[in-house]
Amino acid sequence: MSHLLKVNNLKINFKTYGGEVKAVRDVSFHVDKGEVLAIVGESGSGKSVTVQSIMGLIPTPPGIIKGGSIQFQGKELLKQPKKELRKIKGSKIGMIFQDPMTSLNPTMRVGKQIEEGLIIHQHASKAEAKKRAIEMIKLVGIPNPEERYNQYPHEYSGGMRQRAMIAIALACNPELLIADEPTTALDVTIQAQVLELMKQIQEETKTSIILITHDLGVVAETAKRVIVMYGGMMVESGTVFDIFENPKHPYTWGLLNSIPNIDEEEKKQLEPIDGSPPDLFAPPKGCPFAPRCKYAMEVCIEEMPGEYEIDGGHVAKCWLNDPRAPKVEEPVALGREE
Amino acid sequence: MYIVKRFFTMLLTIWVIASLTFVIMKFIPGDPFASDADVLPEEVVENMRAKYNLDEPIPIQYVLYIKNLVMFDLGPSIESETRTVNDIISSGFPASATLGLQSLLIAIIFGLLLGIIAALYHNRFLDYVSMVIAIVGISVPSFILAPLLINYFSVKWGMLPVASWGSFQHSILPTLALATTPLAVVARFMRSSMLEVMNQNYIKTADAKGLSSFKIVLKHGIRNAILPVVSFIGPLFVSLITGTFVIEKIFAIPGIGKYFVDSIFNRDYPVIMGTTVFFSVILVFTLFLIDISYRFIDPRIKLTSKGD
Repeated sequence: MSHLLKVNNLKINFKTYGGEVKAVRDVSFHVDKGEVLAIVGESGSGKSVTVQSIMGLIPTPPGIIKGGSIQFQGKELLKQPKKELRKIKGSKIGMIFQDPMTSLNPTMRVGKQIEEGLIIHQHASKAEAKKRAIEMIKLVGIPNPEERYNQYPHEYSGGMRQRAMIAIALACNPELLIADEPTTALDVTIQAQVLELMKQIQEETKTSIILITHDLGVVAETAKRVIVMYGGMMVESGTVFDIFENPKHPYTWGLLNSIPNIDEEEKKQLEPIDGSPPDLFAPPKGCPFAPRCKYAMEVCIEEMPGEYEIDGGHVAKCWLNDPRAPKVEEPVALGREE
Repeated sequence: MYIVKRFFTMLLTIWVIASLTFVIMKFIPGDPFASDADVLPEEVVENMRAKYNLDEPIPIQYVLYIKNLVMFDLGPSIESETRTVNDIISSGFPASATLGLQSLLIAIIFGLLLGIIAALYHNRFLDYVSMVIAIVGISVPSFILAPLLINYFSVKWGMLPVASWGSFQHSILPTLALATTPLAVVARFMRSSMLEVMNQNYIKTADAKGLSSFKIVLKHGIRNAILPVVSFIGPLFVSLITGTFVIEKIFAIPGIGKYFVDSIFNRDYPVIMGTTVFFSVILVFTLFLIDISYRFIDPRIKLTSKGD
């Protein structure tokens, strides 16, 4: 079965005054039709760069695509001329950004911003575009759509703006929606509403979604498969069940352990992951997580671990999964049921 | 409501400017008849002073002046005896205003264009070309540029008249000479503003919609970038249309610029006051228009006075 989106061995660097930053190092994944894929990882792990490169939103320079391929519906996006890529952007792939406060043009009416994609991709007439824009505003749950159509972004609240962004991204019925930390900038109750909206739309339209987040709660709620990224690499990937019930990478353990548990009877200190992310100017030759890893062995520092397939589709990049590695007692993640 | 309130503030501003000018003017040593006092009998000078109310105490002079000002009567000129200040302004202003408006248009259109091009080709060849033009424009004073233009376009190539005023052809060279510096300033303003805007998230949103670079700049870039430039255009507009001494002198244009300067040398009190007040009325009114235009450019700006 062919995948909707297939990313293979993607490598992206950024030129800076301090040298070249290796932001994405050999990342491969795929998204199937109607599927929600979550990418988790801390700031600077290369999540956003990876998905922005799908849309050709990485400015070059300073960005350099060092290698790899991004295939969407069988088309190689990295080799498409700009003009062809523009036909896919916004019509077949929509994108929602992290900060709704700055992602809308402050001097253009929200309705007009929703219409733009329709007019260029579907050659909609003004009246059609307006009708569709109002429908979209209604669809994303903004009351009084007709009045809201004529308002400017500053007349919208933060949550409303993110809803408007979703309306923009979905206006042309894309096959794939990329949501780059769509709820990070919103407060908790609004986060839940926006996620609920995305889930609902996903169920109705069967749009595939790539959801970037560092909120594991969001992942458990919405995604089917998960990719865990660290230091520009994929360290573990699998189904939500694999990642939450049977994680096989110490970084994933650390992430799961750092979730506060609301049901906990006694108050316990949260367990942070000690240390800081690797220096991507000169990444360590071994596993990028080794310096922070409690279970690090000599080989971890010396050599990059290969991909170990735990079972169908569940892959972890960690030496601990080698048959020669000593057995370690896996910490019980707080998020899991015991 | 805002507009009414604003109108009264404008009147107040003009009154303050007029009063300050009056006070400062009286502090300058000498008076219009200082050179006549040596050759003419004392009684004659006394009579002349009386004619212009200069024998009255200063507070009375001030009250008389403000009274005339309210009736739009700027008084007689002392230097050119047959003309009133109103005559001087109405004969000199059209030429100055035409020249100023033409220069302003050129400065804005080409300045914006140059700035946008520079921003879009940031750190590439076209950016460097634009900025070299801008720096040359800012550093070469108009009194050097003007003779150069005359030398080539009029003397060597005979394409345009050397000087004086009358037809459109006459206005081309002075317009160019006058427009260059503001053009360069507008270009630099627009470039930096545009660079900032093109890094904003909403430009990324527009890009993700599949808009072409041209459309992104046109629909999302310019309108957001233009605001700081607009606030600069107000004072620029006034300084251009109220006449420029240097350019008008070089091209022998019968504009208002020379009266500004001459009146101060001659202590021609009514002309000093008249031209200054005229200048400030235009300035204050232009700033008012600029404020209103903000509202149309940026919907976040609301025209309300405090307490509304």
